[in-house]
Amino acid sequence: MKHQVTVVGSAEEFSCTGEQHLLQGMQTFRVGLPMLKVIPVGCRGGGCGVCRIRIVSGDYEAKKMSRKHVSEDAQAQGVALACRVYPRSALQIELLPLPELS
Amino acid sequence: MRKGVMRPGHVQIRVMDIEEAVVHYRDRLGLIEVNRDSQNRAYFKGWTEIDAFSVVLRQADEPGMDFMGFKVTDSDTLASLKRELSEYGCKVETIPAGELDGCGERVRFDSPTGHYFELFAEKEQPGKWGVTENNPEAWPEDLKGMRPTRFDHCLLYGDDIDGTAELLQQVLGFQLAEQVVDKDNDLRVAAFLTASMKAHDVAFVRHPEKGKFHHASFYLESWNDVLRAADLISMHDIPLDIGPTRHGLTHGQTIYFFDPSGNRNEVFAGGDYTYPDHPVVTWDADKLGKAIFYHDRQLNEAFLGVVT
Repeated sequence: MKHQVTVVGSAEEFSCTGEQHLLQGMQTFRVGLPMLKVIPVGCRGGGCGVCRIRIVSGDYEAKKMSRKHVSEDAQAQGVALACRVYPRSALQIELLPLPELS
Repeated sequence: MRKGVMRPGHVQIRVMDIEEAVVHYRDRLGLIEVNRDSQNRAYFKGWTEIDAFSVVLRQADEPGMDFMGFKVTDSDTLASLKRELSEYGCKVETIPAGELDGCGERVRFDSPTGHYFELFAEKEQPGKWGVTENNPEAWPEDLKGMRPTRFDHCLLYGDDIDGTAELLQQVLGFQLAEQVVDKDNDLRVAAFLTASMKAHDVAFVRHPEKGKFHHASFYLESWNDVLRAADLISMHDIPLDIGPTRHGLTHGQTIYFFDPSGNRNEVFAGGDYTYPDHPVVTWDADKLGKAIFYHDRQLNEAFLGVVT
C-alpha cells in the first residue's frame, strides 16, 4: 500500500510503500524522469543526519538513528532521519537541516 | 624521518546494530571475522594481514570512529614515542594489554582535529588467513564478498588539520605525501600522510566540526576487483556513495559505499607510492573536483559533507 508524503513549504510530493524508507520512496517515485530531490540524501543508514526531518502528522515506524542527530526528546517530538522512516499512513513532513550544516 | 611507526594497525568503528554490521563487514565487504570479545565487540582482518585483527566494531548510539591505532616496531619505540607525545602536549593515556583481545599495551593520544589515535608494539600474530608461511599458495579459496586484502587507511574530517599533520610528522615521523592547497587563501584543505611507502596511511580534510569519520579503506588487488565490488553493492542494495572511478589524489581506483549505520567504506586498488625523498604532491583547491574524482571532475556534495 502506498502512502502520500507531502513536504511543508514545497510543491513536491511523492508516495512511499510501508516497505520503503522515505528516501527510497522519493527516489523511485518518478518513472523515467530525473529523481526527485526534495529531501537531501546522505548515508542512508541513520548515521550522517543530512536527511533530518520532522514528521508533522501521520503514523510511521523509525529504525535506529544516531543519537547525535536525533535525541530521545527530539524523537518524541517527531524528529527523525528520513532514511530510517517507514510510513504507516499519509505523512506531512518538514525539512530540519542539521544546525552545523545550515 | 621515520620514527618506528610501521602501519595502520586497527580502527574501532561504532555501529548501531552489531549483528547487522557483522553481516556487512564479513559477508559483503568480505573481511575475516576473527573474534567477539567480552564487551561484544566484533574483530575482523583482511586475509593478508599477519596480525590478529585490524577492524573492531562496537555497538553504540552514534556511528563514527572511536580511534585508529598504528603499530610501531618494538616496545622501546613505544615507550619513547609515548614520552615525546606527552612532551609535545598531547593528552596521553595508557590502555593496558588485553583491553583489546590479543593486543599489547596501547598508548592513546588526542589530536588537534579531535581524533583519538593509538600506538602499540605487540599484537598476536597468527599470520595470513588461509595460507601457510612456508610455500604459500596465491590466495585462500573460501574468501567472501569483495575479498579485501588489508585494512589500508582512514580519511578523517576535522578543523585543525595543520595541527594534526604537524603532530604526526614531527612526533611520529609521518611524511606529507600529498595535499590540497587553496592558494588564494593560503589554506591547506587536505593532507595525506604516510608512515610507509604507501600513498597514504591516514588522511585529513578540513571541516568545521572536530573528530569526524569520513571512511575506512580496504585494499583490493585490481581494478577488476573494484568493478566486482560494484556488482556486489548492487546485488545487495548497499547504499552507494560514488564510483567505480579513479582519484586524482593518490590515483587509486576506487568505489565508496556505506555500512548499515552510515559509516563510509572504501575499497580501492592501485595508486601511487611514496619514498622519503619524494616531494609533496600538491593539488590546487580549484582543481578539487578532478583531485577527488578524476573522471567526473565534479565535486559531489554527499562525498564532501556526509560524515559520521
